[in-house]
Amino acid sequence: MDWGAIVQNSFRGFIGEPFIYFSLAAMGLNMHYGYTGLLNFGQAVFMAAGAYGLSMAVVTLGLNFWWGLLLGIVVFPLLLALIMGIPTLRLRADYLAIVTIAASEMFRIIARSPSLDRWTGSSDGLTAFANTFYDFNPFDKQKRYFFGLFIGNQMWVVLVGWIVLSLVALIVWMTMRSPWGRVLRAIREDEDAARSLGKNAYSFKMQSLMIGGIFGALGGMFRAIGTQSAQPQNFITDVTFFAWVALILGGAAKVGGPIAGAAILYGILNFTDVFLRQLVENDYIPESVMDGTQVGQVRFMLIGLGLILLAVYRPQGIFGTKEEMALDDR
Amino acid sequence: MTADSSNAQHLFDGVPFEPGTSKNDPILVADNVRRAFGGLVAVDVEHLEVQRGAITALIGPNGAGKTTFFNLLTNFDEPDTGSRVFEGNDLSGVSAYKVANLGMVRTFQLTKSLSKMTVIDNMRLGGTGQAGESFFRALFPFMWRRQEAEITERADALLERFKLSHMRDEFAGTLSGGQRKLLEMARALMVKPNMVMLDEPMAGVNPALKQSLLEHVKGLRDEGMTVLFVEHDMDMVQEISDWVVVMAEGRIIAEGPPASIASNQAVVDAYLGSHHDSALDLEAD
Repeated sequence: MDWGAIVQNSFRGFIGEPFIYFSLAAMGLNMHYGYTGLLNFGQAVFMAAGAYGLSMAVVTLGLNFWWGLLLGIVVFPLLLALIMGIPTLRLRADYLAIVTIAASEMFRIIARSPSLDRWTGSSDGLTAFANTFYDFNPFDKQKRYFFGLFIGNQMWVVLVGWIVLSLVALIVWMTMRSPWGRVLRAIREDEDAARSLGKNAYSFKMQSLMIGGIFGALGGMFRAIGTQSAQPQNFITDVTFFAWVALILGGAAKVGGPIAGAAILYGILNFTDVFLRQLVENDYIPESVMDGTQVGQVRFMLIGLGLILLAVYRPQGIFGTKEEMALDDR
Repeated sequence: MTADSSNAQHLFDGVPFEPGTSKNDPILVADNVRRAFGGLVAVDVEHLEVQRGAITALIGPNGAGKTTFFNLLTNFDEPDTGSRVFEGNDLSGVSAYKVANLGMVRTFQLTKSLSKMTVIDNMRLGGTGQAGESFFRALFPFMWRRQEAEITERADALLERFKLSHMRDEFAGTLSGGQRKLLEMARALMVKPNMVMLDEPMAGVNPALKQSLLEHVKGLRDEGMTVLFVEHDMDMVQEISDWVVVMAEGRIIAEGPPASIASNQAVVDAYLGSHHDSALDLEAD
């Protein structure tokens, strides 16, 4: 057993690229669901908006990287929030859920359609649009950094990711302590009560959808920058549900919940991956039970089992408070 | 305020006791308000004026359309036809939240305390025109901190008055039913309304709290607010209302001071059926 590799890989999952983009996406969901009570089952489409906003600006439209950032972080997610929010936010929460899940699938299927090859690169997606980002890389591309976990380019992505993640967490923390956050929480608890006190619930829900969408877009953009590619299959519905798992695992309506959730989720995924592989290779698990190619699936089964146990024994998530949870039953 | 704070009967001097009568100084006027759900006409009110500065009760048997009418008056529902004018503002097409900002606040039959927020946060929410309710200003606490302190001070004073100070930092979900009613009423006052609309304020309140709730409602009037409430509890109606409006089958069938209502034949018929004192005659139907 190579315990060094197991520890190193688990740790990489804990703080690496997938952790960054899923915690950003989950922070967006936390804004939507945790604080405002909006059910967004299509966070993948906001992530795709970030990825395609940047890549289409650079590759398709030939704009520079900075316009790409503007398009991917601001324009695309805000348009998307308006398109999905205007018809549904006046209605019950489930309508937004339906529209978001449909929109995320529509976007993916349209983006990969061959007739749009010129615009979206169809199923191959778009590549090589983040060179400007890497031009600013202060790290040596040949060297490994941070206990040997990341090579230079990865280190740059991860470092910027951590900074953005901290800023987003700071924004959530500050706004949730403000009267603005108070109105969102009131809407989550009871929209009509907020309205009866003179709060424009529709407008606040729209703002929440937009801001949470921007967080998701940042996540998607990091994914695209990290791999220098934006592809439709990077934004399948599983992506949305991974973000949800991170949120529920960590605890909704807590600033650190989605961050901790994403870290634990990817820590465990990486740990079980390497650990099981080692067990199979060293014949601790006989071939008749499981072989190396099944490890990928088995680790998700284990995560599923973990989630079931969590739902039974700690439904409020790791960082949630039991007292708040108990109020639902009254 | 009046010398005799126990009622405001004098405001109705010269007003005849009949449905749809005009008042001396109406704050809210409804005209031809009609609301149908499919084939069922829930509300069909020709004319109603609500006197400023008085406590008006809206009563009627089950299914009379009281709550529907109440929702129409507070703009939580749009009528099919008709108009409602509050202090000279036509409410047609106005969003419910704007009505609150015009000075009319409502409470709900099933109390809407915001369970996972603390009592004090429930109260603070009621403050209107808060600068910190803009996302960008929220990021700069110095832009709203002073206003927040003022709002908190006002909230604490109201909590004191409604005897909820000891629960200040508890989740609202931990309050008892009666305390939630008190919180909802106190929270409504944070909006600084001219008119308070109470939907069944006594529902689910234990008798011990009832008396204090009654005093609070009278207190609102004594501070110059207009109160309109929907209620089933006849004791409450008799005790605190200055004027009673009776609905049946979507229409207003009687109006008058509480003493005149109990003896009104139309009201008795509406509650008990028009044949209640004659022998059942199955052949006639």
